Amino acid sequence: MTRRGFFSWAAVAWVGFTVAIGGCVTAMTRFMFPNVLFEPPTSFKVGKPEDFQAGVVDTRFVDKYGVWIVHDQGRIYALIAICTHLGCPPAWLETQNKFKCPCHGSGYYKSGVNFEGPTPRPLERARIFISPDDGQIVVDKSQKFQWELGQWEDPNAFIPAA
Amino acid sequence: MIGNLSKSVTKSQIWRSIFRVGIPTDNRKRALAMLGNVVLHLHPIKVKKSGIRMSYTWCMGGTAFFLFLVETITGLLLMFYYRPSVEYAFVDIVDLREAAAFGIMRELHRWGAHAMVIAVWLHMFRVFMTGSYKPPREFNWNVGVILLVLTLLLSFTGYLLPWDQLAIWAITVGSNMARATPLLGNEGPGAALLKLGGQRLIHAGSDARFALIGGRTIGNATLIRFYVLHCVGIPLVAAFLIAVHFWRVRKDGGISGPM
Repeated sequence: MTRRGFFSWAAVAWVGFTVAIGGCVTAMTRFMFPNVLFEPPTSFKVGKPEDFQAGVVDTRFVDKYGVWIVHDQGRIYALIAICTHLGCPPAWLETQNKFKCPCHGSGYYKSGVNFEGPTPRPLERARIFISPDDGQIVVDKSQKFQWELGQWEDPNAFIPAA
Repeated sequence: MIGNLSKSVTKSQIWRSIFRVGIPTDNRKRALAMLGNVVLHLHPIKVKKSGIRMSYTWCMGGTAFFLFLVETITGLLLMFYYRPSVEYAFVDIVDLREAAAFGIMRELHRWGAHAMVIAVWLHMFRVFMTGSYKPPREFNWNVGVILLVLTLLLSFTGYLLPWDQLAIWAITVGSNMARATPLLGNEGPGAALLKLGGQRLIHAGSDARFALIGGRTIGNATLIRFYVLHCVGIPLVAAFLIAVHFWRVRKDGGISGPM
């Protein structure tokens, strides 16, 4: 083998080594992203519109799915139960007519608009629509609507109450 | 009689196979004893008298290392009882206090963790105030900064393991910061620019936070991930860097002395 020949083989070996290591790193990184999640579905049915009384914050779905269904001022909407300050779970306080976060004391009106504590913005609302199959309300948490972006007027952000 | 006995022990094949160098009697042999030992060679051969003055070093580096050893031993013992799954984690923590012998083992681990963070900060403060980060020690300062970060990450990952409300929500709040990672967090700067065919590549199900906690919310996947990082991943890296840190103290001329 000539000296020049040796260096071309060395180059091939180095490229091969780099590709192999790069492949291993890529595979190990991908391994850390799970394919199956054991979490509740982000889209689910909550019942017929007439099941939700006017003026009531429905807390039946908050433990499993993390949303409140609110029927107020002629609209039914789904508030996502994640504090917009740092992500803790606020609680609905019926007697005080507000959502209150236990971590740092952020408070929100029934509409989800913030009025006290450190939080910088209102709660987010999830996509809500009536299923064409059986007339039930479907909540889809993968799509969110933010008040400060003017998205609460989006037709997907609420259901007009009958 | 005792002299004969000790002689027959130190001349035996077993003794001489373990201790290659006899008891050092002069400075050269003392230096060789340090050089020739796998553990001791990390330590400087000579230490200046001023270098071990408590008022100068506060012994905070040594204290931090001692606490690392305490955490390793108590942590290893806790691993015999603790099961990292959402079904058992909290009751196992309660059992460690109520049912296991020496119910203070977990408290020792927790107090040791707090003390280690404090010791590392004080060590860093001392090194800064004595100017010991200056050349030729600037590389070792950087190793130390990484060790500080690893100490804090050990505290962060260990914080989730009791699986009580404080743990779950503290890690929720803490891991939410990963949402704001540049490019790799779904709410971070630049992440919206990474698109393929109009679809965002970085979203809540594919960003840095998702890989860190193994899902969209803190759950079983997060617990086992943090457990493995806490008990194996981070301690291995820390132990390696601690060895480098000590070795560089020696290579950079020992503990710095007063001007």
